[in-house]
Amino acid sequence: MQSLGRAPQRPHAIRRDPAPSRWQYRMQRLWLTPLFRVLFRVGLPVASVGLIAALVLHDDSRRAALVQTYDSLSEQFQDRPEFRVSYLSIEGASRDLADAVRAKLAVKLPESSFDLDLDALRQKAEALDAVAKAELRVRAGGVLQVLLTERAPVLVWRNDTGLELLDATGHRVAGLAARGDRSDLPLVAGEGADTHASEALELLDAAGPISPRIRGLVRMGDRRWDIVLDREQRILLPSDGAVAALERLLALDAAENLLARDLVAVDLRNEQRPVLRLAPFALAEARRALGIIETTESDL
Amino acid sequence: MTDLYQSQRAMRHMRRTAMQRGVVAILDVGTSKIACLVLRFDGFEQMRDIDGVGPMAGQSTFRVIGAATTRSRGVRFGEIAVMNETERAIRTAVQAAQKMANVRVDHVIACFSGAEPRSYGLAGEWELQDSVVTEQDVARVMAACDVPDIGEARDVLHAQPVNFALDHRTGLGDPRGQIGNRLACDMHMLTVDASVVQNLLYCIKRCDLELAGIASSAYVAGISSLVEDEQELGAACIDMGGGATGISIFMKKHMIYADCVRMGGDHVTSDISKGLQVPLAVAERIKTKHGGVHATGMDDREMIEMGGDSGDWEKDRRQISRTELIGIMRPRVEEILEEVRARLDVAGFDHLPSQQVVLTGGASQIPGLDGLASRILGQRVRMGRPLRVQGLPQAATGAAFSSAVGLCLFAAHPQDEWWDFDIPTERYPARSLKRAIRWFKDNW
Repeated sequence: MQSLGRAPQRPHAIRRDPAPSRWQYRMQRLWLTPLFRVLFRVGLPVASVGLIAALVLHDDSRRAALVQTYDSLSEQFQDRPEFRVSYLSIEGASRDLADAVRAKLAVKLPESSFDLDLDALRQKAEALDAVAKAELRVRAGGVLQVLLTERAPVLVWRNDTGLELLDATGHRVAGLAARGDRSDLPLVAGEGADTHASEALELLDAAGPISPRIRGLVRMGDRRWDIVLDREQRILLPSDGAVAALERLLALDAAENLLARDLVAVDLRNEQRPVLRLAPFALAEARRALGIIETTESDL
Repeated sequence: MTDLYQSQRAMRHMRRTAMQRGVVAILDVGTSKIACLVLRFDGFEQMRDIDGVGPMAGQSTFRVIGAATTRSRGVRFGEIAVMNETERAIRTAVQAAQKMANVRVDHVIACFSGAEPRSYGLAGEWELQDSVVTEQDVARVMAACDVPDIGEARDVLHAQPVNFALDHRTGLGDPRGQIGNRLACDMHMLTVDASVVQNLLYCIKRCDLELAGIASSAYVAGISSLVEDEQELGAACIDMGGGATGISIFMKKHMIYADCVRMGGDHVTSDISKGLQVPLAVAERIKTKHGGVHATGMDDREMIEMGGDSGDWEKDRRQISRTELIGIMRPRVEEILEEVRARLDVAGFDHLPSQQVVLTGGASQIPGLDGLASRILGQRVRMGRPLRVQGLPQAATGAAFSSAVGLCLFAAHPQDEWWDFDIPTERYPARSLKRAIRWFKDNW
């Protein structure tokens, strides 16, 4: 008995070799074209993704929703307690200045550290005259630390509006109600005295032996300095080489004791020809001593 | 003949384009199989710097990157009989070869074996105006060849100048620059049925391919299976295909005669099929597995199962001895070889200095064929296998692929044909721009 199930396989069936259809053949040739392959593999995915994106973003509300989702997500992240800043600590300044800076910064705490614009805050703090430099950093534990460097006042400047304190660079530090409040600081006056504060300091430094006598320095016509001593004496300095002129005068003073005499002014503006202006009485005495006939028309 | 000249020139141009692109397909349209090879040409131009043919007969410039073969359909006697079927078979082969090569092929060079090729020997003479032979003189002597009446509806497939003679000196390959008075030229012309060429063209066009060249398979089989000295001294290549047996005679590296016997291996198969009453597929299998042409005592005892699924036990269990099979095959093979002998006699093969016969093609693989052939065709018979070319798969190195391989060589390094030479100036139309350019070239 033989099974009727399946016919036995023919041992030598001819290998099937079907011809491709015309379209199949053409598609294969098309697929073997390099440009088409590149377009299909790169161009088609890019184009389809671009098309889908364009279709999705075409709607305004969908676009807005997308933006909103992004915003809320980023906000949620930034509002985490790890990033919260709760305290403001100001260091390196006097109590008054610290209060002033605190008021100036006006940060509402607690706030996320992402929302703090440290650069803007720094500029705000440095906008205060008394602050030379401010460093802000967010420290661990949610502390916004402000490290201040105060300006040190070295001069008192009397100008049209009143008295002001200047630092070594001539920058305003604060106003001053009365000269007596800071009698330890030298006084300068005149227009442009602040911008040439460093020159004034050099002059004061060079004044050495006569510094106890100096009442102040006056900027004349924003061009040169006058040193005003007590007994209403003035030293008129040149606009260039003022320190050298002063040093020459001091040498003369040391030799001749010049400034102790009855002078109104020492004019050093012309280097070649220093001029002494005597007080009227001294002038008359000098003339008399020299035997010059006294004239009546001038007191000088 | 001008239109032929134009179409052949157009094919040459197409071939050059294919070379520039670097990829060309080879299509051997045979009766039993259609083979397609895809060639990649690398650095073709730089190889041309070398004088002469170059290494490996110019075939190291290309590489076979795709090969496919398929059962042929709709081809009889090497001619296309059913266009649709053939077109589909070509499509199958080209697609498979493209798939293997992973490259798209647009240009194809084809060969076929049938179409009743006829050989003509042409001769022309030209009195040189100047005593030095110029390119124009070569063109004129070829134009002076008297063309015989090739008959209605026939096309020239090959027209190769075989020999140049200057005065009494003959056997010149390239007469340019030589001094003499009288230039003579011998030309070999091969004509085929125009309709067959048209059918092949149509099929190839239907496959979206461009024909970049066309050759007779007898010629290209000779190129690949004859070695160089055989081509030089004179030899005949017998390409035994499925439906037709091609004959080509080579001398001095030129084909001087080609013909075709319209019988081949398929006829042997059909004889077996008829004689043993088995299907053609079974007959083909029996032929390739057990076939032969010399019966010995051993063959009486070797029984061959024929099989079958007719349902009749008696019929399906038949056995024949190998002697019987040989008895069926031998007369047909003898008939083919006798016919070849007759053609060779007509061509005057006896008068060649060397009478080497090389058997190639799929049907030449019958065991013992060389012994039979040496009785009929003369003592100097050998079996030919095609030249080895770079990248050819092992399966395609057999004798059945000698015309496909020869076509590769033909594609890489075609012999100069009549249409590769210049046209004589006076043949240009009177007001042609080309004529003006030619005049300028000649005078400056």
